[in-house]
Amino acid sequence: MVALVIVAHSAKLAEGVKELAEQMVRGRVPIFAAGGLDEHTLGTNVDRICQALEMALAQADEVLVLMDLGSAVMGAQMAIEMLAPEVRPRIRLSQAPLVEGAIVAAVEASIGKTATEIEASAVEACRMPKVPQGG
Amino acid sequence: MPVMRDDVVAWLERCAAVLEENRDYLTQLDAAIGDADHGANMDRGFKAFMAKLPSVADKDIGTILKTLGMTLVATVGGAGGPLYGTFFLQMGVKTANKLMLTPEDWAEALEAGINGVIARGQARPGDKTMVDALLPALEAFKESIRNSTPFGKALQRMAEAAEQGMKATIPMVARKGRASYLGERSAGHQDPGATSSYLILKAAADTWANAT
Repeated sequence: MVALVIVAHSAKLAEGVKELAEQMVRGRVPIFAAGGLDEHTLGTNVDRICQALEMALAQADEVLVLMDLGSAVMGAQMAIEMLAPEVRPRIRLSQAPLVEGAIVAAVEASIGKTATEIEASAVEACRMPKVPQGG
Repeated sequence: MPVMRDDVVAWLERCAAVLEENRDYLTQLDAAIGDADHGANMDRGFKAFMAKLPSVADKDIGTILKTLGMTLVATVGGAGGPLYGTFFLQMGVKTANKLMLTPEDWAEALEAGINGVIARGQARPGDKTMVDALLPALEAFKESIRNSTPFGKALQRMAEAAEQGMKATIPMVARKGRASYLGERSAGHQDPGATSSYLILKAAADTWANAT
C-alpha cells in the first residue's frame, strides 16, 4: 500500500487537493495534507511535513509526496532527512504536477501499484491533453 | 579574545534586531521579484528563536546554532526556512561542544553552512540567490586569515564582500526560487535572500569587531 502526502504553500490548497484525490478513492488510500506554515499563513513547515510523513509511514509500506513549488521540495527533502535512516527509502518525492499528479496517484495507489509505478503514471499525467486540439 | 559563546548569543540577538529593523525593506525587495514575505518570514523566525534562546543560552555554541536552525525550519515559511535552517544546522554540527570560536573555527562553520545551503537549494553563483552574498564573503574571510589579518578585521572584510555580492545580484536574472518565474524581469532588483545573508554576516562583523 502506498500513502500520499500533499505538500503545498497554502493549507487550503493542500486540503483541497487531498479532498479532490480522496473523492476518487473513497478512503482506500491514506492521504495526508501538509500545507502552509500553519492553517492561516502561506509557506511550508518542515515540522508539519515531518508529522504527515510519520502518519503516512505508519499506515503504508511506501509514501509518495506531491508538492507545489520549489521550497515545498526543499522542505520535504529536509523533513525526510529528519526521519530515521531506515524509513527514508520508503519515501519518494514526485516530479508530477500537484493536482493532476495527486489524482492519478490516488487512483493508481488504490489498485495496489508500487510507488515507482505510481510515480511513472503521475508524471505521465502532465502530458494528458487538457484542452481538445483546436479548442 | 576569540569569539566566546556569549558573543555568539550577542550576534544572534543582533541578527533578530537587525531583521526586525529591515523587515519592511526585505519585504519590499521580495515584493518586486517574489512573494513579498521574506522580511516578515525572517522576522517571525528569529523572534521565535529569541523566545527559545533563554533555554539554550548556557549550552555550547553547536547546540545554540542547531536550535536556531530547527526553529527556522518550522517558523520561517518560505524558502528561507529550509535554506537558513540548513545553514545554521550545518554550522551547529561544526561547532558542536565548542564554547569559543577561533578564526579557523568560524571559517569551517561558515563553509559548512554555505555548503549546506548549496546542497539544499542547488543554486550556483550568478543565480541571484543568497549564495551570491555568502560565497564571496567566505572567500574574503578565508583569504584574510591566510594573510594573518586579525579576526575582527577579517570579519569586516567578510561583511564587505557580502555587501558587494549582494549588490552584484541587482543586474542578475534569477534562475532559482520564485523570482525565476519572472525571467528577464527579475533583472534590476536586488535579491532579498542575498540581502538577509549580508545583514546576518554584517551583524557578526559588528558584534565581534574586537575579536582576535
